[in-house]
Amino acid sequence: MSKKRVVHYINQFFAQIGGEEMAHVKPEYREGPLGPGLAFGPAFGDHAEIVGTVICGDSYFNENMEEAKAELLKMIKAAKPDLFIAGPAFNAGRYGVACGAISEAVKNELGIPVLTGMYEENPGADMFKSAVYIVSTRNSAVGMRDAVKKMSALALKMLKDEPIGASSEDHYIPQGIRVNLFEKDRGSKRAVDMLLKKLKDQPYVTEYPMPAFDRVDPQPAVKDIRSAKIALVTSGGIVPKGNPDHIESSSATKYGRYDLEGVNYLSKNRYATAHGGYDPSYANEDPDRVVPVDMMREFEKEEKIGSLYRYFFSTVGNGTAVKNAKAFAEEFSKELIEENVQAVILTST
Amino acid sequence: MRLELGYIHITDIRFGDASKVEDGVLYVNAEEVEALVLRDERITSVKVDMARPGESVRITPVKDVIEPRVKVEGPGGMFPGVISPVDTVGSGKTHVLKGAAVVTTGTIVGFQEGILDMSGVGADYTPFSKTNNLVLVIIPRKGLGSHEHEHAVREAGLKTAVYLGELARELTPDSTEVFETLPLTEGVKQFPDLPRVGYVQMLQSQGLLHDTYVYGVDAKRILPTLMSPTEVMDGAIISGNCVSACDKNPTYVHQNNPIVHDLFARHGKDLNFAAMIITNENVYLADKIRSSDWTSNLCAFLSLDGVIISEEGFGNPDTDLMMNCRKITDKGIKTVVITDEYAGQDGASQSLADAHESADALVTGGNANQVVTLPRMDKIIGSEEYVGIIAGGWDQNKHEDGTITVEIQAITGATSEVGFAHLSAR
Repeated sequence: MSKKRVVHYINQFFAQIGGEEMAHVKPEYREGPLGPGLAFGPAFGDHAEIVGTVICGDSYFNENMEEAKAELLKMIKAAKPDLFIAGPAFNAGRYGVACGAISEAVKNELGIPVLTGMYEENPGADMFKSAVYIVSTRNSAVGMRDAVKKMSALALKMLKDEPIGASSEDHYIPQGIRVNLFEKDRGSKRAVDMLLKKLKDQPYVTEYPMPAFDRVDPQPAVKDIRSAKIALVTSGGIVPKGNPDHIESSSATKYGRYDLEGVNYLSKNRYATAHGGYDPSYANEDPDRVVPVDMMREFEKEEKIGSLYRYFFSTVGNGTAVKNAKAFAEEFSKELIEENVQAVILTST
Repeated sequence: MRLELGYIHITDIRFGDASKVEDGVLYVNAEEVEALVLRDERITSVKVDMARPGESVRITPVKDVIEPRVKVEGPGGMFPGVISPVDTVGSGKTHVLKGAAVVTTGTIVGFQEGILDMSGVGADYTPFSKTNNLVLVIIPRKGLGSHEHEHAVREAGLKTAVYLGELARELTPDSTEVFETLPLTEGVKQFPDLPRVGYVQMLQSQGLLHDTYVYGVDAKRILPTLMSPTEVMDGAIISGNCVSACDKNPTYVHQNNPIVHDLFARHGKDLNFAAMIITNENVYLADKIRSSDWTSNLCAFLSLDGVIISEEGFGNPDTDLMMNCRKITDKGIKTVVITDEYAGQDGASQSLADAHESADALVTGGNANQVVTLPRMDKIIGSEEYVGIIAGGWDQNKHEDGTITVEIQAITGATSEVGFAHLSAR
């Protein structure tokens, strides 16, 4: 089997052209590995080889990004690579941005696997970590050996079409996507180990950094509730019996829209919950407990509200991804706005 | 309190004329088990079956898993306040049929019952693919309400585990382990230089079908309280739970609580395992506030330096977890929390329903929304009829070739929040 072809991107400094004073150099292509590229050879063994190196000055790339990308892409394409590697850039900011940008461009334009490496605080990391795999390196070239070891291991996995593991397994900067893995130790032991480190004020790594939460500010109060058109929306899973839209009992991927024309209350013979996260007995006994159509009709009659909107919307809020829930609301809110609904009562379970 | 566990290693399970343990093989007389279960008039029929590691067998919908144990010395009996009379357990000597388990299945009670594969990719996600399982397929009387149905199945499983546990009473254990905690002041004197560590176990108590029992008391009705960690080894806490299969604690996991075991493993070496506190996860805000206040106060009263907090279930109890973590941290105590995640099938959504900056040391049991395709099995114990409606399944997730696609949420014990499994996420 012939060796897989790899093209490597480095800047003017690692190509030994010069430092800051040579950062203006334009893209050029050289046959074979160069500088840090030489270190990848032994790790690739018989599987792969760096067939060519593309070089660009950091200033030139960052000041002429579109032209630089186009020129480099042309050179890279001509070398017919199976995989593209950029860097590692460590904590060099403009080099990191260049590595991220050219990797993303190669991935999108040539459709081949790409990877780069840099320090987690390199500005390029934040900009490109969700677009391409960025191996986490130390902040200076002192970490070259370690970086090459990790980058070549990930590169070989990609070339062999092996599944990429979680960020902690394959040493890349987390991409904002949670990936499962089997740890050597069970969870309880990991917890005890983590607590012992915390007690001794030693560094430890949490397995899930706390997210920044979306907080929704309450809307201003409805000015005249007696004339307001109000809609009912629930994540409590109330649906017509038989669950015609097959809304999942957990991790819902859809919602339903159900007509309330002529419906004065939700009869247990016609409605039930599809929700799998709570004891359904009481909801099924009287579905109005979750979607209070009965009270809304009473209020309509007593003119405490203007009217109840003709349809109610329902999904199952049980292990349901926030992304899905947001998408549902964005979709049906359009209808609510078009139909001049002024307020929504959101019920859970 | 000092408890000695004597393990009798079980390597196979077979039907036999007489129930007994011989050379590591558990022989079971099926008629005796049937008769025992059918004493409950709420149950119409029961089929006794077996599943061994590596077999092409799927058990579903799984309700509970229980380890057979027997008390041979010391006060009380197994599952006090439920099967045995109320008495304080956790001291003396207990024999364990290690490697055996009772699994209950049958028609579905709630949406949240599990899949247990003995081989294939699904077996990697459940700890009970490694045990020799006696399976009870239980059919309730027609018209029996779901709460009574759950109760009948729960008791049938416990009674059968006690029946099997009795077979170990006169046996000589293959290995033994001793666990001991001392009263407060003695414990302080014993290891004056070691950090005092506690374990806060949150028990699922969101409501009917989402319940846990402590000495027979519904955990909804407890105030947070202290236990000797050895009490759980004698079945002081049992599951009556229909929360999602992946992250509820089956009775087996309470009996073998891994946090208790792993804290004991470091006890006297790196830490002083001072206390276990149990609290609940009720749905009312007032209950959440009261229980988390009480729990953090107990931690402070006990002068703990560090605490591990474990959750059970997800969503609503994420709030209890964060309240406990925040309030215990506010007392100047270091915390580690264990939970699991619901980050969506693509892993891109936020993982928890609540968060607080004090939860800065977190161990995760993995993303329960991860999708997996389970192979066709030669034998199904129970029924595959429900795999589309249980939590983690969806309409038409069973394919023509017999494979089933589910979220690992549907797999019993996959994302254990007491850290019984090895799965994690980054």
